[in-house]
Amino acid sequence: MQLTIDNTDKQIILATQAGLELSPDPYNKVAKQLGLSTDDVLRRMENMLKSGVIRRIGVVPNHYALGYRSNGMTVWDVSDDQVSTLGEKIGNLPFVSHCYERPRHLPDWTYNLFAMVHAKTREGVEQQADEIKTILGDNCRADEILYSTRILKKTGLRFATSSSQNSNQD
Amino acid sequence: MDQIDRDIINAFQGNFPITEHPFAVAGNAVGLDEDDLINRIESMLADNTLTRFGPLYNADTMGGAVTLCGMAVPEDDFDRIADIVNSFEEVAHNYERTHHLNMWFVVGAETREQIDTVLRSIEEKTGLTVRDMPKKSEFFVGLILEA
Repeated sequence: MQLTIDNTDKQIILATQAGLELSPDPYNKVAKQLGLSTDDVLRRMENMLKSGVIRRIGVVPNHYALGYRSNGMTVWDVSDDQVSTLGEKIGNLPFVSHCYERPRHLPDWTYNLFAMVHAKTREGVEQQADEIKTILGDNCRADEILYSTRILKKTGLRFATSSSQNSNQD
Repeated sequence: MDQIDRDIINAFQGNFPITEHPFAVAGNAVGLDEDDLINRIESMLADNTLTRFGPLYNADTMGGAVTLCGMAVPEDDFDRIADIVNSFEEVAHNYERTHHLNMWFVVGAETREQIDTVLRSIEEKTGLTVRDMPKKSEFFVGLILEA
């Protein structure tokens, strides 16, 4: 996946990362703000969507408002030579929002595959974890579910003014 | 939230059109005219049914560094430690979780070196070990919730 962007793309990202304006022609507004043509903005955003720079465009619902009150960070100890194949499979499950391979911290943290799952209840989370376990089969040596019990801080990381970074680990 | 709101959420957690009058095009799909769709989205943002509206960017695009950290915090000192960790502006999210490693936070900065500095500083100020778990590979990010 090519994630190359030029400076104009970057300007578009900065102008839209907080959201699109709720007006009939939001992309024209972006174009006007940046001194670009609307066609240029539309074409660049299409390209960024195709290349994966933009993951998606639309509404982001509040999990809690939709009744998804339970989230579980499921963690798995799978053999390193299988983790890519298995990670792809787990990432494809509809209830998994993030799936990453991360380093172990031996001896007391043996898990190398993380999958965040969301359900309305803890029972729902457990069913989802069971589904993951079935897919991993004998490749899974140990696993746990870490439930969040309190949000201690939640601020989005955003791109800074010119060349820095962000995170959308919602 | 009524059925029309649900339809909007189910139809547009992605797929919002990139075109000159996107609300008119999107409204067609859910039987609303342009203004009604705009008003609906506006109210759902206002009452926190939606957290945002617009493009969701891939964090890897602009460079920068992010990591997830776990820490084992003594229960009776939890709030004080949380305050220390949260006081760093590089700490974006922080959750209490059900585990021996009971505090999990995301740290983001322009460079990996800056992250190292933050993590060292957290360790000094708290006297606790930070387990640094930057992603080695990403398999998926994104989730479509059913309303």
